[in-house]
Amino acid sequence: MAVEIQKEKYRSKVGEVVLGATKDQGGTRSHTITVGGESALPFLHFEGEIPNRPVVALEVWDMVPDWNPCFEQYFGDVYNDPAAWAKKCVDEYGADLIQVRLKSADPDLNDTSPEDCAATVKKILEAVSVPVIVIGCGKAEKDNTLYTPIAEAAAGENLVMGVGELENYKAVTSACMANNHVVIAQSPIDINICKQLNILITEMSPAMSTRIIIDPTVAALGYGIEYSYSIMERARNGALQGDKMLGMPMYGNAGFESWRVKEANILTEEQPEWGEQEERGILWEATTAMAYLQSGIDILVMRHPEALKVIKGNIDDLMKDNSY
Amino acid sequence: MIIIGERINGMFKDIGGAIKDRDPAPVQEWARKQEYNGAHYLDINVGPSSAEPVEAMKWLVEVTQEVSDLPLCLDSTKYDAIEAGLKLCKQPAMINSVPAEMPKMERVFAMAAEHGAEVICLAMNEEGIPKDADIRVGLAAELVATADAFGITPDMLYIDPLVLPCNVAQDHGPEVMRTLREIKVISDPAPKTTVGLSNISQGTKNRELINRTFAVMAMANGLDSAIADACDDELMAAVASARIILDMDIYCDSYVDVFKQRNR
Repeated sequence: MAVEIQKEKYRSKVGEVVLGATKDQGGTRSHTITVGGESALPFLHFEGEIPNRPVVALEVWDMVPDWNPCFEQYFGDVYNDPAAWAKKCVDEYGADLIQVRLKSADPDLNDTSPEDCAATVKKILEAVSVPVIVIGCGKAEKDNTLYTPIAEAAAGENLVMGVGELENYKAVTSACMANNHVVIAQSPIDINICKQLNILITEMSPAMSTRIIIDPTVAALGYGIEYSYSIMERARNGALQGDKMLGMPMYGNAGFESWRVKEANILTEEQPEWGEQEERGILWEATTAMAYLQSGIDILVMRHPEALKVIKGNIDDLMKDNSY
Repeated sequence: MIIIGERINGMFKDIGGAIKDRDPAPVQEWARKQEYNGAHYLDINVGPSSAEPVEAMKWLVEVTQEVSDLPLCLDSTKYDAIEAGLKLCKQPAMINSVPAEMPKMERVFAMAAEHGAEVICLAMNEEGIPKDADIRVGLAAELVATADAFGITPDMLYIDPLVLPCNVAQDHGPEVMRTLREIKVISDPAPKTTVGLSNISQGTKNRELINRTFAVMAMANGLDSAIADACDDELMAAVASARIILDMDIYCDSYVDVFKQRNR
């Protein structure tokens, strides 16, 4: 008698979200990227469809970043030129898309004006043809002044813009609604807030339900990665069981978080038994990102080109059909 | 919990009149209202006094399907009426209901198999409604075994342990709870369970309070669905809350709205 393999049946699937817009669609991207659409847990090709591979972005800042010196050899020549930096990320390092962080807008740093921020985004859009993610400086009051000018300057491009939070989602959502961009809905490692925020955004406009990317907030390896992992796992299980308000693709700043921790940054001389610093940092970032692939992430934002290379290889392997 | 909206029933004056006059407006209004408020199925019952149950059932199915895509639960003791309705259903329906009696089981399971319909099975037979949980579970097992012979898997069945009004048969309450739990160990996959929720409160005051209290207690004992008033907002809110406490839905502040809007 033939053995019948028991397979999990899922009731629903993750919604698909399109990033970027080509000329025909009103933008200037050479192609769009579709994320989401999974009808099974991550990479269980034998139980459902994983129609879109996870994508990997590289980070670009609009000012010289305070990063570990090991990044100079990769980006030092373009630190002062975000457009050239973005181009290098795509052409040389193979980023699927770009995330620009408008760090210089921080009132305690350069306090760059909304108009200048919008001009930077425009330059980046001209320099690269991949879809672009734009996030603010992290100070909500200032960021709220940036969204509309940027959304208008990039109207038609179908940017991903963020971040909206429970106490502050209206400005970015309105900007995205009016100009057809995608919004990042960020919750502080809290599934209840994650779901509530998606509901609130959808209440502003039902059309936004296919224009939300969940940022559940990721942590670096050793710094609470298991909490983020569990939240994402729970959200994805909810999505597959039909909870539409958790059925959006997920996104995380694996690079930003990994390069904040001492394990990635402490110099080789200070901790020789930990191994060589740059290699250690790359591994820290790649391992962090790998864990999130397994918990269902759809968009990874990385920092180190070598970590990106490792992760893209990892995705290639995971996307190989294992159905039977 | 799956809510089978009870309101399209000839027993209600407006629906009874609508059937008589062939006026689709009241039927369609209740179909829309129940769907809007979160019903997952719509019960269709021509009422006990219909002179032409087959024709009335066909008409109700057709006018309901004009305004709602929800699956229908065809509710009649006249199996000819159910069969006529099944032929018109655009998607797999539910048959309401069959007791553990031959030849009724043969008739119902044969047409359920033919039309891919789910079946509400009553834990009673010619001798009436048993009081003991053990006898109810025994009848449920008989229903599951007979359905199996017709190629119907247990998960297509909704066993109704049968509820009597709490003011006349108070001692049935704990037996019903025990029956709901034990039905789940009859087979693998287990049959589903349902109740006619408002039976528990017939003839009492505080009907809605008793209904919703019973609903959440039964859910805690494994109840999968109920034939109920989907437009009772307090009931729907209690069911949504029970789903949160039983970890069936993920909490968020708007969880009641999310539960009701699931179909929209």
